Amino acid sequence: MHIQLKNIHKYFGSVHANNDVSLTIEPGQILGLLGENGAGKSTLMKILSGLICKDNGEILINGEEQNLNSPADALRLGIGMLHQDPHDFPSMTIREDLQIWNQRSDRTRTDATDWQALMNIQEDLGFNLDLDGSVGDLTVGERQQLELARLLWLGVELLILDEPTTGISALQQEVLFSALKKLAGQGKTIIFVSHKLEEVKELCSRAVVLRKGCLIGEREAPFDENDLVKLMFGRQITRTRTAHARTRDVCMSVQNLNIEDFRIAIENVNFDLYAGEVIGLAGMEGSGQRQFLQALAGMKQPSSGHIRFGDEDLFGRNCYEYQKRGIFYVPTARMEEGLVPGMTLEEHYILSDCEKKIFIDSRKSHKTTEERIQRFNIKGRSATYSEELSGGNQQRLLLSLLQDPAQLLLLENPTRGLDIESTNWIWSILRERCQAATSIIFSSADLDELTFYADRILVFFSGRISEPLDSAGLDEERLGRMIGGKDWPK
Amino acid sequence: MNEFLTNMAGVVAAATPVVVAVIGETFSERSGVINLSANGLIVLAAMVGFAAAYTTGMVWVGLLAGFVTGAAAGLLISFSSISLKQSQVAVGFILSLLFRDLAYFLGTPFMVLPGPTVNRFAIPLLKDIPILGPLFFDQNVLVYFSYVLIAMSYYWIFHTRQGLILRGVGEQPISAYSRGIDVNRQRYLYTALGSGLIGLAGPMYSLSIKAGWNGTMTGLDGIGWIVLSITIFGGWNPLRGSFGAYLFVFLQWLGLALQSYWTSVPSQVLQVAPFPLMILTLLFVNIGDTEWVTRMMARLPRGVRGGFYKLFRFLRKPPPASLGVPFERE
Repeated sequence: MHIQLKNIHKYFGSVHANNDVSLTIEPGQILGLLGENGAGKSTLMKILSGLICKDNGEILINGEEQNLNSPADALRLGIGMLHQDPHDFPSMTIREDLQIWNQRSDRTRTDATDWQALMNIQEDLGFNLDLDGSVGDLTVGERQQLELARLLWLGVELLILDEPTTGISALQQEVLFSALKKLAGQGKTIIFVSHKLEEVKELCSRAVVLRKGCLIGEREAPFDENDLVKLMFGRQITRTRTAHARTRDVCMSVQNLNIEDFRIAIENVNFDLYAGEVIGLAGMEGSGQRQFLQALAGMKQPSSGHIRFGDEDLFGRNCYEYQKRGIFYVPTARMEEGLVPGMTLEEHYILSDCEKKIFIDSRKSHKTTEERIQRFNIKGRSATYSEELSGGNQQRLLLSLLQDPAQLLLLENPTRGLDIESTNWIWSILRERCQAATSIIFSSADLDELTFYADRILVFFSGRISEPLDSAGLDEERLGRMIGGKDWPK
Repeated sequence: MNEFLTNMAGVVAAATPVVVAVIGETFSERSGVINLSANGLIVLAAMVGFAAAYTTGMVWVGLLAGFVTGAAAGLLISFSSISLKQSQVAVGFILSLLFRDLAYFLGTPFMVLPGPTVNRFAIPLLKDIPILGPLFFDQNVLVYFSYVLIAMSYYWIFHTRQGLILRGVGEQPISAYSRGIDVNRQRYLYTALGSGLIGLAGPMYSLSIKAGWNGTMTGLDGIGWIVLSITIFGGWNPLRGSFGAYLFVFLQWLGLALQSYWTSVPSQVLQVAPFPLMILTLLFVNIGDTEWVTRMMARLPRGVRGGFYKLFRFLRKPPPASLGVPFERE
């Protein structure tokens, strides 16, 4: 499929999300669309898939101008998009999920239950989904595989993937990449949206870069990484690892801890966490990391065991007791679990202040707000609503809300979906805290991030937890195998 | 025994409009639109249905008028909540009051007139089945219609592709939309259909169970609120919802029946009892979610805990994820 975008403009209020973007995509090509968070990549792709409408410009498909007013129009033309959060139905079974589509928008088939064709596609791409399973039980990676297979099943010719590697395991990424290469070989056109350079380097034959809504550059493979970084951010970016801050004092000691819930059972966890140490939790999404972090924060009740902190055993206490002792939990879902939509930054700071006064000391709150915004480099003002911030700035806001002094920070995927610059910045702040003897436990799907920032790593596999592994000199390949459930002691 | 059977047949008949209204509300809420005006709507449709049947002398015209009244109200609610993006709760409450008062005002000319009623029609053969026959098959056509409706709506929602789309629209409208489904059209359709069924419950009262129109004395005020809560108790499932409706009417009957035995208990207590009982049921259905229960459960031995988890999971049905939220593309 030959696609031509001509002078596309899109405004959201006063924000010019796409500014005069023109782009041509040849059939059978894997095009990389690069850009930092908030550069307008998703907006452009949503326009191409009909989910939102352009304000200005033309879209030509195979040389003909098309009006894409809804996803139904795009699907009829054979354009399908895999969204960052898969657009599926977690409460349904896979078979049910697959049957929801508009028959009038389909070009090739009217039979809604040609399961054999679907199984063939699955097999061809190396996926292994049980049609009778529930969508809600799948990992993010599997949900993507489901969407991908579904779109191909509907006969899509152009596939758009928006940040598909966010939140999936290394193994799943491998499967995904080989599937995409295969599809391109079969003549499908693929647009791969990402902020991760290595992925674009590995996969794409051509890359275009968006910055602040404008298309500012185009490169053919082979790519020069430094060159692309400069295009994306307008300058060079390097990351630095600050000195080791780990001490010999035990901050928290976990003994024989058992955690259970509907989904998963974690048994017999034992480890000591040192003050100033960073422990990384590796493993596929949903292997128990979330339950583990929440149990250590007092938000989830473990069924038995000991959590020794200082001289006390915190087992069975509620999360306020944990917070009083400086143990804080920061969830993945920033907007849903961490921040309050509809509240300004200043109101967030007032809320987190926990002062037991009836009236608000507005002078003081102004001061703290200004100070924190500056210190945490948040791109927003005190009257900005939290939902208006970009992902990276929301994460900064979340971290800036944590009280001092913190003894232990429990961070769930702290840099999920953030570009290199924001990631580096957030880790510099976190490392600073470690110097002040704060310990950190964080989960991540990024092996590179784990081995780079963590002192020790715990690997999770369906509720099993490995011994702490020293990250210095740890083989990434071995880590990958363990995440996939291999190399475990019997 | 015979007397008890007759009473139970009465319970089945009296529960029929509640069943139909609950299924109507279920359709509407499954698509993501709450029709909070059910209470006023049933009263209004009862009046309109009676007036239409009285004027024409034909029962079916009255029933149709009730359905049309409901469907029109449904369109009004869809328009305000989908097209104008107004709060479904605020609009629903006001409409509920408005419909009720409108019914009392417009219904004045039709007060205490003898009107047509739906005839009883025993189904041959089926009515001779012991126990079940007199209980279920010696009723009027409306009751038989409700049986068909229960089965059909259940099949439609859970076993057809259209039903899947309906559920999808109420759960994740954005997903449905990106698969080419016109979310708002679906919502308009199902809100109109669902509200039509709620409207149909009105003339089911005024032409059958509480025949006639007696203004504020008609005694319909309040049913609609019960319908809303039974819809939740029923987990947005026509089978469970119908069970809830029968249970509620049975409890009401029980309250009346027990009066003659427990003369020492004030009659008001027994009449009111079904309402707190419904609240308790709702409470029990959702109790598995509360923190103190999870905390308590953590101390139980594993086998017992597993059993409780299963029970709670069976009881608790989460509402359609996008209930009451207008759909926007972005």
